Amino acid sequence: MNENISCNQSKCLYCGGCVPICPRNSITLRETRIEIDDSCNRCLLCLRICPVGALEVLEAKA
Amino acid sequence: MREYDIVVVGAGPAGSMAAMEAAKQGASVLIIEKRQEAGSPVRCAEGVGKEGLLKTGIKIDNRWIANEVKGAKLIAPNRITVELSSEHAGNEVGFVLERKIFDRYLLCEAARCGADVMMKSSALGVIKDENGIKGIEVESSDGVHRIESKVVIACDGRESKVARSAGIDTKLKLKDTESCAEYLMVNVDYDKDFTHFYVGQCYAPGGYVWIFPKGDGIANVGIGVLGSKIGKRTGYPKELLDRFIKNNREFEAAKIVEHMSGTVPVALPLEKTYIDGLLIAGDAAHLTDPITGGGIINAMVSGKLAGSVAAKHVYEHTELSEYEKLWKKELESALIRDYIMKERFVNMSDNTLNLIADSLKDYRFSDLGMGGIIDAIKEKHPELMSELEGLI
Repeated sequence: MNENISCNQSKCLYCGGCVPICPRNSITLRETRIEIDDSCNRCLLCLRICPVGALEVLEAKA
Repeated sequence: MREYDIVVVGAGPAGSMAAMEAAKQGASVLIIEKRQEAGSPVRCAEGVGKEGLLKTGIKIDNRWIANEVKGAKLIAPNRITVELSSEHAGNEVGFVLERKIFDRYLLCEAARCGADVMMKSSALGVIKDENGIKGIEVESSDGVHRIESKVVIACDGRESKVARSAGIDTKLKLKDTESCAEYLMVNVDYDKDFTHFYVGQCYAPGGYVWIFPKGDGIANVGIGVLGSKIGKRTGYPKELLDRFIKNNREFEAAKIVEHMSGTVPVALPLEKTYIDGLLIAGDAAHLTDPITGGGIINAMVSGKLAGSVAAKHVYEHTELSEYEKLWKKELESALIRDYIMKERFVNMSDNTLNLIADSLKDYRFSDLGMGGIIDAIKEKHPELMSELEGLI
């Protein structure tokens, strides 16, 4: 379901800034990785708050 | 199954102060930290006020003071600079810290006072029953543990996952969050006696650019942009910071030696910072100052109060609500005042900022006082007075 939001690990500084902005509490920072769970409804607030532009929308695969 | 009087989640300044205080009062305390080390990676500009730091009761130690500054310089869009002495610049001047050393120092102090420490251990969520919070579930390298406690103190920063797991709404709005990018740079050409703030929509929409010198030509150089003002047209904060650095000759010879990022609540404090068995302190309770974004001192003050009330709850059955009363007494009026100021500041036009700077350029704030500032603006740019009504 959530495969179209992804965290670009080469940009992410794992600050966790996306975590508290998520209205559905779908994001967890685990050590150096951002995990987005199935409850994500792609509101894209996390893309807007990320200081380094690490969160991306991937086009859904056909 | 393990049991403690008090479990503190998060070994930042709030958590270590809470654990220190509770352990000093004789409670059995465990502090858990999800990272493998305290204080790293840094996501902070590392500025603290001297007065504020002294108030926390922590002995100043040169191992974690990178630099002491005399004041702050505010630079308007038109490059007019207004100088603030330390006593007028609020939470953000005085010392520039080395958070990696500072946070570890505070954690060591907590441990010396008797607190147990579990590193690389994440809180999965609170354990609760109908009477409230009874402890916390923790994931460590050796598996998942249930740790029972009389009080959990959530000091897990602005992710605030512990309070969320207890059912408290800790979500932040875009308009109440600054998105920040920062570099540690070397060969930076700035006066080390001053922190520098570039204020204006042209530099940082709804926020500011900061240069916090750490001595020897090293400085934290960062930007905070209000979440609601970030869009495709503005670019994300790191891009804006890169552009700022490129456009300012003070960075001509400078090199980046560390990348940092973070977000800062510039919100009102949480409406409820306690429930049965749980206290919330520091950034987790949104106690950062909404104008400066500074959070260290308020985290330490609220953490210490939380540790103290939790210990008294264990020994003397003091109500946990006492914690909220105490931090409000210390911090609330300034936080509300600065939130109102922030709501106005984030929409202030560059033209207005230019005119304010123009009114004040021949003065030093330390000579003026609040009344003097108003008089200076009234004299030079009376047209601003209606816009600034209620603000100063």
